[in-house]
Amino acid sequence: MVHQVFIYVAHRDGQAADSALELLSAARILSPDGPVTAIVTGWGEVLDRVCQEMASRCPEVWKLAHQDLAYPNAEAVRKCLVEVLPSEAVLLLAHDTLGMDLGPGLSVKLNSSFVSDVVAMTAPRDGALTLVREEYGGQVSTHVSCDISGGAVLSIRSGAFPALEDGAPGEVQDRSSEIGDLACGRRFLEIVEAEAGDVDITKEEILVSAGRGIEDEDNIEIAEELAKALGGVVSCSRPIVDAKWLEKARQVGTSGKTVKPKIYLALGISGSFQHLGGLKGNPFIVAVNKNSKAPIFQVADVGVVDDLLEFVPLLTERINSQR
Amino acid sequence: MAFVYILITCAGICLFAYILYRRLVPLFRAAPDQRVDRIGARIGKVLQIWLGQWRQPRYLLAGMIHIFIFAGFVLLGARSLQLILIGFWDGAALPGLGGQTGAAYNLVKDYAATWVFIACVIAAVRRGVFRPARYQAPPALGKDHLGEALLVPGLICALVVSESLFEASLQMAQARAGAAVSAPPLTLLWAGRALMGGLGLPVLQAVNSVSYFVHEVVFFFFLCFLPLGKHFHVLTSLFNVFFMRLHPGKVKPVRYGVDEDRLDDLPEFGVSKLEHFTWKHILDFYTCADCGRCSDRCPANRVKRPLSPRFFTIKARDRVYAKYPLWGKAMEARQALVGGIYGEDEIWSCTTCGACEQECPLGIEYIDKIVDLRRGLVDQGRVPQSLQKPLGALEKRGNPWGKSQRIRADWAKELADEFAVIVTSEKEPVDTLYFVGSVSSYDDRMQRIAQATARVLRHAGVEFGVLGKAESDSGHEVRRFGEESLFLALRDANTEAILNSGAARIVTADPHDYNALKNDYRGIPPVMHLSQLLSRKIVQNEFALERGEYTGKTVVYHDPCYLGRHNGLYDEPRRVIDAIPGLRRVEMVGNCRDRSFCCGGGGLALFYEPEEEQRIGVVRVGMAREAGAEVIVTACPFCLANIEDALKIAGLDQEMEVIDLMELVERHLPQGGQGRRDAKG
Amino acid sequence: MEILVCVKKVPDPAENEIVVSRDGSDIERDDLVYSVNEWDNYAVEEAIQLVEEHGGSVTVVSVGDEESDEIIRRELAMGADAGNLLDDEAFHYSDGRGVAAILAHAARRGSYDLILTGAQAEDAAAQVGGMLAAMLDVPYASLVVRVRVMDGKKLKIAREIDGGNLEINEIDLPCALSIQTGINEPRYVGIRGIRKTASVQVPVLGAAQLGVDPATVGEAGAKVRKLDYFVPEMGEGAEILQGSREEMADQLIARLKGRGVIQ
Repeated sequence: MVHQVFIYVAHRDGQAADSALELLSAARILSPDGPVTAIVTGWGEVLDRVCQEMASRCPEVWKLAHQDLAYPNAEAVRKCLVEVLPSEAVLLLAHDTLGMDLGPGLSVKLNSSFVSDVVAMTAPRDGALTLVREEYGGQVSTHVSCDISGGAVLSIRSGAFPALEDGAPGEVQDRSSEIGDLACGRRFLEIVEAEAGDVDITKEEILVSAGRGIEDEDNIEIAEELAKALGGVVSCSRPIVDAKWLEKARQVGTSGKTVKPKIYLALGISGSFQHLGGLKGNPFIVAVNKNSKAPIFQVADVGVVDDLLEFVPLLTERINSQR
Repeated sequence: MAFVYILITCAGICLFAYILYRRLVPLFRAAPDQRVDRIGARIGKVLQIWLGQWRQPRYLLAGMIHIFIFAGFVLLGARSLQLILIGFWDGAALPGLGGQTGAAYNLVKDYAATWVFIACVIAAVRRGVFRPARYQAPPALGKDHLGEALLVPGLICALVVSESLFEASLQMAQARAGAAVSAPPLTLLWAGRALMGGLGLPVLQAVNSVSYFVHEVVFFFFLCFLPLGKHFHVLTSLFNVFFMRLHPGKVKPVRYGVDEDRLDDLPEFGVSKLEHFTWKHILDFYTCADCGRCSDRCPANRVKRPLSPRFFTIKARDRVYAKYPLWGKAMEARQALVGGIYGEDEIWSCTTCGACEQECPLGIEYIDKIVDLRRGLVDQGRVPQSLQKPLGALEKRGNPWGKSQRIRADWAKELADEFAVIVTSEKEPVDTLYFVGSVSSYDDRMQRIAQATARVLRHAGVEFGVLGKAESDSGHEVRRFGEESLFLALRDANTEAILNSGAARIVTADPHDYNALKNDYRGIPPVMHLSQLLSRKIVQNEFALERGEYTGKTVVYHDPCYLGRHNGLYDEPRRVIDAIPGLRRVEMVGNCRDRSFCCGGGGLALFYEPEEEQRIGVVRVGMAREAGAEVIVTACPFCLANIEDALKIAGLDQEMEVIDLMELVERHLPQGGQGRRDAKG
Repeated sequence: MEILVCVKKVPDPAENEIVVSRDGSDIERDDLVYSVNEWDNYAVEEAIQLVEEHGGSVTVVSVGDEESDEIIRRELAMGADAGNLLDDEAFHYSDGRGVAAILAHAARRGSYDLILTGAQAEDAAAQVGGMLAAMLDVPYASLVVRVRVMDGKKLKIAREIDGGNLEINEIDLPCALSIQTGINEPRYVGIRGIRKTASVQVPVLGAAQLGVDPATVGEAGAKVRKLDYFVPEMGEGAEILQGSREEMADQLIARLKGRGVIQ
């Protein structure tokens, strides 16, 4: 049987999240020819903008407007989706902080299957879908079979699927009238913005880590620029904290934080005993160091023997120019 | 007049007795301790450290001043007693101090009083005018004791001056009466007589009475003042030194008198309130003279970690005084010690290097107290997050990195082409067991120490085996970080494995493991550090080294704390280095041997760093650099790790390097075949 | 406040090397050591702190095999008041939905004001908390890093969202929360603590006691099944890039693209 495939579009400030186009390309695996419907919940003018944006890429967009959805409170969103989704629907959503909040409970309410943090999948066969997930911080992967005969909720890892570039445009359907009462036991109050020091490097997937080779406080910026280009954050080794160029919370090492990123760029870090002790989860390590004998090259996957002060700005520039 | 004297004396003695009684109460409320073993050794300590003032000259000026004052006190003690008696009947003499000996004693005491006077003036000027940095108190830790430090020399001066005036006036009166009395030249007595040369008899009489009175009042004031502050040591030092810790490498049991197998019955572990300290520890608090030598040598204090051994003691003493006041209402201590007078970071800052204990001229100890406080924190679950992972891994895996025991001997694979390292079993017993230790087994860098050790042992003709996956972490730091139960589990596992191996002796290249096996374990074969084994072979001409990679270099030896201070192995590693021809060996003068400066700490210390201004290791490599060394040789994998990192941080890694003793030896083994020199040839 | 905390026994990657077994059906389990899932440990600590402040009790449950009583004992040593092991042949190979259903039955046996789970587990999918809440029809919030009790009827909570920002919510009791690491500093439990609880019998509840229909859980009820384990393809290992600075930069960008960093 053919399941109707939906994607749930997260958005902020009137713009769809990057994940939306990735969800579209994942949806295409499930439904190569069939229609894919994007669901956008929200309120007011920003909602319309996102719906229009999605309609330029997606054949069908459901607009679900309700005052209680102005902020995506997962409890309210779930209530709303339970009411509008047809039975046996397959819904894709991003495995982000909203998706983690929304997905599992939604699958229970829809009485459908749930697989989270999907990194790959193949077209369904005989009512079952085969997906790939990672376990133990990415040290091993599993193939998972998921019975989608009763529908499914799948949360998709960001960056795992390419963004769909060639989606056909479509129409926005306003389905807001189907929404009932959304009052729920959880109420959003406010967002408290993180201070600079609040970055939690233990939870970041991409770390650009600065070591003694950065030489000067002003050069921390070089690492920051690269981190920005890669969508990661800056961490560091002990000497940088000693010099008070970055706060202690950024320090990787046995005496600092134990991190488990996917990608670790070690800039001017020689790879001391204590530093490497804080690096877990088998990340892909890129080392940039002038000294070709630096121990970091023994553990790195890719090494660049060069002056980081010259190399890194060039790298950042080339990454940015390829966007 | 005699009535007044009797009143002063009785009041003084009663007050003093009452104060002592109040001070003794906490000792009886404290935890038990065992300090009456090895009486001979204890008397030796008293003769050396107390009477001989052995540790005083380590700080030369202050030490010499103290030696003079101390000697004067010992000599003048008898005179003070005599003076009290004189108040009751004239011309009283102490038994044994009559006649000739009495005259000799008088001569000595007159000079003693004089040098005490001079020393006190110098001391007061030094403290009051020059104010050495060592005595300053960071506001966060406490207040300095300048007032007391000036008052006491003043009191002492008053004592010796009044005594001399009493004697001088007496002598002059006697001389007028025709007696042949003489004053030794250039003494206070002599000066007093010169000053009072023209005075008439009634004035002399008045001077005599007043100076006696002043002496008595000051004496009893001083006596009762002593137990109120840092000069309590005048009274307690003899006992504190007698009861001092005799086993530097050892850690006290959780509670004296409670067997290990009954530990689980204890409601709590370690120290969380004052009375959990042992009576000796309370005596330590009383005895501290606030001289600041401990903190001056403390690596944690040097890099501005929140720990100062000096204030560690003084804060506790203040707490004892507040909780057990001489009079008035006792403070109710609601807060635990840690969280109250101590911070958690403070307690975890100690590397247990032992420099403070080595330095203390009064036999005050620190490591056992720190360990006991940590035991208390561990028991309450108050363990820093960064230490919980390695402790958990030690519990489950027997090593702090959570690596599989199966790969524990994988470092030996590198040697497969040269020879096979035997993993012992009951089927394959060995005579010599090489206890590798966790860090040398698992860490990529430190595995090279294990490999070097294996090559050196083989070259030295020692047939050896390793425990392989049966070896667990020795638990040395586990115990010193306060996790006694986990330590006991590790120790029991290792003990069983060691005994199963059938080995007759154990060797190790890791001082922490060496100390654990030697001092924490029981019922296992004797253990030697590799430096001991090689040193012995070198002396017996069974082992020789050749010129090689390091020939012509200037090396300095860094004494690892657990080899040197805790176990007295200073010469053995130096002898091994000196056996390599063509090396120039220098010393970090003032910071070597028992004054070695810690690298930053081993084992679990690698997983915890308190707030600090710089790394301890960075200070250490600075000392090595000052000594003119190109190569730092150490004999401990943790020292190697810390110093290697410190060289990088200090930006000295291009001009200096650090190498383990075993690696150094390995690179100077005689080339070609068996290196063992035939003893006959 | 009566609090139920759901915990799980996992091999902690900090203490284990996770390797795929030879036939790929599982990870190599011979040499594994197990711990409480890290996130769950934070949840237990949070529950204990809440009870220390507001009174009540902490009950710990775990769906697991008979060896899971060890982790329940550990949480009892930490300060939990009671613990139940939910074990039955019928539970084996449950998917997330099955585990949540078993937990839901356990939760209904008591009257809990608050149900805590870890936000995720090393070997699982960050799903049980949300499912459990939906099954029990109580409000839910995930990735919670702060809990304040308001007036006994509701909580003020902070969720950790992107960029370290906090999303502040009010949530009615009873509710379920999934706890993110860093919310507190879990206390240490050593061997001595565990030995103190060694004599405690951890009650084992099976399908019958819980009233779980065996057909809805375990392998029988699983809609999601793990087929096999494999190691994701890795690079060739340490590789020093050659060429001009520009060439090295481009090679590096290509490598990073290959790992999905740059699109």
